[in-house]
Amino acid sequence: MQGWLEKEVADLQLRAKNIRRLIIQMLAKAGSGHPGGSLSATDLVTCLYFGHLPSGEPIFRHDPKNPYWPERDRFHMSKGHCCPLWYAILAECGYFSKEELWSLRKLGSILQGHPDRRTPGVDVASGSLGQGLSVALGMSLAGKIDKKNYRVYVLLGDGEIQEGNIWEAAMASSHYRCDNLTAIVDYNRYQIDGRVDEIMNLEPLVEKWRAFGWYVIEIDGHNIPQILEAYKTVREIKEKPQLILAHTVKGKGVSFMENVVDFHGRAPTKEEEIRALKELE
Amino acid sequence: MELLYQRDIYGKTLVELGKENPNIVVLDADLSGSTRTCFFAKEFPNRFFNFGVAEQNMMATAAGLSSCGKLVFVSTFAMFATGRAWDQIRNTICYNNFNVKIVASHAGITVGPDGSSHQALEDIVLMRAIPNMNIIVPCDGPQTAEAVRVAAEIEGPFYIRLGRAKVPTVENKPKFVFGKGQLLKEGEDVTVIACGLMVYESLQAAKSLVDRNIQVRVINMATLRPLDEELIIDSAKKTKGIVVCEEHSVIGGLASAVDELVSEKLPIKVVRVGIRNRFGQSGEPEELLKEYNLTKEDIEKAVLEILK
Repeated sequence: MQGWLEKEVADLQLRAKNIRRLIIQMLAKAGSGHPGGSLSATDLVTCLYFGHLPSGEPIFRHDPKNPYWPERDRFHMSKGHCCPLWYAILAECGYFSKEELWSLRKLGSILQGHPDRRTPGVDVASGSLGQGLSVALGMSLAGKIDKKNYRVYVLLGDGEIQEGNIWEAAMASSHYRCDNLTAIVDYNRYQIDGRVDEIMNLEPLVEKWRAFGWYVIEIDGHNIPQILEAYKTVREIKEKPQLILAHTVKGKGVSFMENVVDFHGRAPTKEEEIRALKELE
Repeated sequence: MELLYQRDIYGKTLVELGKENPNIVVLDADLSGSTRTCFFAKEFPNRFFNFGVAEQNMMATAAGLSSCGKLVFVSTFAMFATGRAWDQIRNTICYNNFNVKIVASHAGITVGPDGSSHQALEDIVLMRAIPNMNIIVPCDGPQTAEAVRVAAEIEGPFYIRLGRAKVPTVENKPKFVFGKGQLLKEGEDVTVIACGLMVYESLQAAKSLVDRNIQVRVINMATLRPLDEELIIDSAKKTKGIVVCEEHSVIGGLASAVDELVSEKLPIKVVRVGIRNRFGQSGEPEELLKEYNLTKEDIEKAVLEILK
């Protein structure tokens, strides 16, 4: 692992903490939603949107003032229920005002309960699990046809990859040698009904993706230098799509939410919000 | 009488469109020989993707391509397009209002010997229930070309339903206008509204009924969504009842669309000629049309029932 600038790492850690605070506040205000998976993927998506390569170039090329810039990199949140994370990041980027975050899940809001194109910065809606890798594949193929340089990133949940559609897309992505496509699995080991290995075991997961023709990188999904290193490595892989298998902790950052399955799909109460924000100071 | 495969016309039209518009991308799921997207694949290999036997992936990938500005045509058999991949069509194509054109072949009972698993009799209802979806069921070969061109021109998701077997060309049709029914024959006794190959049968029935001094108004309702409400209400006013004919279940298809409209706006007797709560089976197309009461004689009977 090469030396990532301490300042870059510290900056991303601070950003991630602020994003986690926003997630807690949004969900508490909304009164429903999915904190567990939003918190487990926070470091991964924060590093994507705000991280830099050693050259100083941003990892993710986009322009919040011009959301439909044709050359932009694409991000798709296939595990759509974790959209509070995405919304907080988009607001931090300046796609829309932070005030909008308090309208999450309310009638008429641009911030729907699952990702939706009415939100600036969201290209494709999601929510029905298992389809996002195909969506990303389509974005990747469009880039290949047009000989564009953009990259496509898609965030998958671990429970989500029990869907057959994911494996159809995995097969097709390597068949068409989509090296501009990176999938990130937020492997937090819990799904709504309980532990993933008890509900429907995914292992051996690295071997499965490799067998489907993917270049696999296994990381600690809360270790910022490891995340940055993975985003740097995937750009150098040719002829193969890449999978970042990120080991994460469900509810990461809030002690009483960590590895508690109840917080997969329950918003914090007012009292829990106060406790959580205290931990995230 | 000219007999044409709608899918041949589709395949040829796609190639023409491909030459005119470099933005068109075509997807298939291991049925490109049958759906005739193979013509496009041969001409434009860089803009054709075969996804193998994986319809769900194909539909959601079409959405991703469309999100990057591509005009995407997706083909497979009607059963697998609308049945297997319904969630992908609903949540990822139609909810986003993407520019994806699903052109499905092998719809209806006339698929023939392959039998029930391959005979889509519920595809129209599955597509008709989804907001944003436009639906065209062309009545013959030439109209297939018109439908495909219209779909390429108009932004948004389309479902175009084609058959497997050759169908007779309906002569002397007025110009096809998307969203408008075609009045093929005037008549003041009963209106027959049909789509697909039942249009030809309806005209034959109307001809026979002239001998019995019954004047039938015949409409080709090639566009099922948006529905030509004006023409249907006009028919409800001018004739004593409506017979609706389709090679589809009587539940949820064109007959239901007509029923829903007239029962709200101008209640009138509607008799449905379609498949009644049954699965298909193996047989030759002609035999199956007879077995499932989809012939000219069945349409005549339905007209008489209205006049009873």
